[in-house]
Amino acid sequence: MLNDWLYVGVFFVIAMLLPGVAIAIAGLLSPKKPDPAKSSTYECGIETVGPSWVQFKAQYYIFTLIFLVFDVETVLLFPWAVAYNQLPFFAILEGIVFVLILLGGLVYAWRKRALEWI
Amino acid sequence: MTLWYEDPIKLIANWLFGLMLGWGMPVDTANFVLTLLGAAFLGVVPLLFCIFLIWYERKLLGRIQDRFGPNRVGPWGIFQPFADMLKIFIKEFITPQGADVVPYNLAPILSVASVLLIWAVVPFSMTMMGVNLNVGLSFIIGCGGLGLLAIILAGYGSNNKYALLGGMRAVAQLISYEVPMVMSLLVPVMLSGSLGVNDIVQKQTVPYIILAPVAALIFFITSVAESGRAPFDLVEAESEIVAGFNTEYSGLKFGFFFVAEFLHAFTISLLFSTLFLGGWRGPFTDQVPLLGFVYLVVKTFIVYFLVILFRGSLPRFRIDQMMDLNWKLLTPLSLVTLLITALLANPLSGMPLLQAVALFLVNLAALVVLMSWAERKMPRKRKIVAKTRPLATPNQQDQLSA
Repeated sequence: MLNDWLYVGVFFVIAMLLPGVAIAIAGLLSPKKPDPAKSSTYECGIETVGPSWVQFKAQYYIFTLIFLVFDVETVLLFPWAVAYNQLPFFAILEGIVFVLILLGGLVYAWRKRALEWI
Repeated sequence: MTLWYEDPIKLIANWLFGLMLGWGMPVDTANFVLTLLGAAFLGVVPLLFCIFLIWYERKLLGRIQDRFGPNRVGPWGIFQPFADMLKIFIKEFITPQGADVVPYNLAPILSVASVLLIWAVVPFSMTMMGVNLNVGLSFIIGCGGLGLLAIILAGYGSNNKYALLGGMRAVAQLISYEVPMVMSLLVPVMLSGSLGVNDIVQKQTVPYIILAPVAALIFFITSVAESGRAPFDLVEAESEIVAGFNTEYSGLKFGFFFVAEFLHAFTISLLFSTLFLGGWRGPFTDQVPLLGFVYLVVKTFIVYFLVILFRGSLPRFRIDQMMDLNWKLLTPLSLVTLLITALLANPLSGMPLLQAVALFLVNLAALVVLMSWAERKMPRKRKIVAKTRPLATPNQQDQLSA
C-alpha cells in the first residue's frame, strides 16, 4: 500500500522533471536578446491601459459556489457508490433521497436565475 | 516463471532486480531503483508517443478539411513533428514585463505533469500498469483539478488581460464540467463496487457502455471539455481573447501547453476505453495477457478518432451556451442516470442479461425524454431585447449631387 504511494510520489517528481528539464535545456539553447518593446504586455495593438489584474463579474463567483456545493456532495456519494453492491435496499433508498435533494438544489439555483450567464 | 507474452515489462524488471541483487545492492535500494526506472519509463513513453499523436491528428484534421495535412518531411510527412520540435527548441523565451515568474514558469510544467500523472493508474494489460491504486478514480479526478490549476496559474502569472480572461474562463468552464463528469464516473463505481481502475476493468464482463450508455456519453462530452479542445476551447478562443491563457508564452513553454493538450486528448480516450469499453478485456486475454494491450490500443484509437472528429466537425460554443449545456442539460441528466442505476442495478444483479437490457433501454429512454424536454424548454433562438433598427438608406440628395 505504502509502496503504491511511493510510486505515485516518484512518478509525480519525474512528471514534473521531464518538462522542467526540457525547458531548462531549451533555455540554454535559445537566443537571449531582451528588448523592452518585445517583452511589453500584449493588448490589441495599443499599450496596456491600467493594471492587468482586473476585476471580474460576480457570475464567475456564483458558478464556483454552485460547483463547490456539488463537488462536496459527490465526495459524500463516492463511499455510498463503492459499497452499493452490498447495501440493503433501505440504504440505497437513502442515497436516492440524497441525490433527489441535490436535484432540488439544482432546481432552486435554476429558479433563482443563478445559472444564467448574463 | 513469467513468459514474454504474459508481461514483458515484468520480465525485464525481474531480470534487472536479480542483476542489482547480484551486484550486492540491498533489497530496499534495488526496489527503489526499480520503481524509479519504471516511473521514468512510464513518463518518457507518453511524451515521445505524443510526437506521433501530433502528426496523426494533423493528418486526420487535414483529411477532414479536404487537404493533405503534413506531407513534405519524410514519408507521409511523418517527420514533420520532429522538425517542429527541433525548431521550437531553439526559440527565444520572451517573458512579459511584470509577469509573476514562479506561476508563469510553473504553469506549462504542471499542465504536462497533470496529464502524465493519469498514466500512472491506467492498466495496460492484466498486470501491466504503473500502480494499482485502490482510489484510482479519485486520483484521476484530482489530476484533472491539477491541470485546471496550471491554466489558472498561466492566466494569473502572465500579467496580461487576455490571459487572465482565459484563466477566469477556465475556472468557469472546467470547474463546471467537473460536476457531471464526477457524477457519470459514479456509475461505473456503483456497478463494479470499487474505485480502483483495474478492478473496474476486471468486473466488466459486459462493457459499461451497454450498462450505462448515458453516463458514457456524458463522460465523453465532459472529458473533451475538460481537455479544453474544440468545441469547448473557450479558454483559448482566438477570435475572442487572442490566445487565452497562453497569449504571453513562447518557445518550448508554449509548446508544452500544446503537448499537454494533445496528450490529454489521447488520455481521455484511454480512460474512456478503460472505464466504458472494457479496457484490456477481449478474447484470449487469459492465455496471452499481452493481447490485452493490443485490444486497449485498438479501442483507444477508435475513441481518439472520434475525439478528433468531434474537434474537426463542430463549431465553438458561445460561453453562455456552454454553461447552459452543462448546468441545464448534462448535470440533471447525470443525476437522473445515477438514480436509474441506483434503482435498477442492485435488484437485477442476479440476472445479468436482464440487468443489461433493462439498464440500456431505461437509460436511452431517459436520454430521449430529457432531450425532448430540453428542446421544448430551451429554444435555440436568442431573446429579442430591442426592436431592430431600420437600415440606412442612401440619401436621395447625396445621390443627385454625386
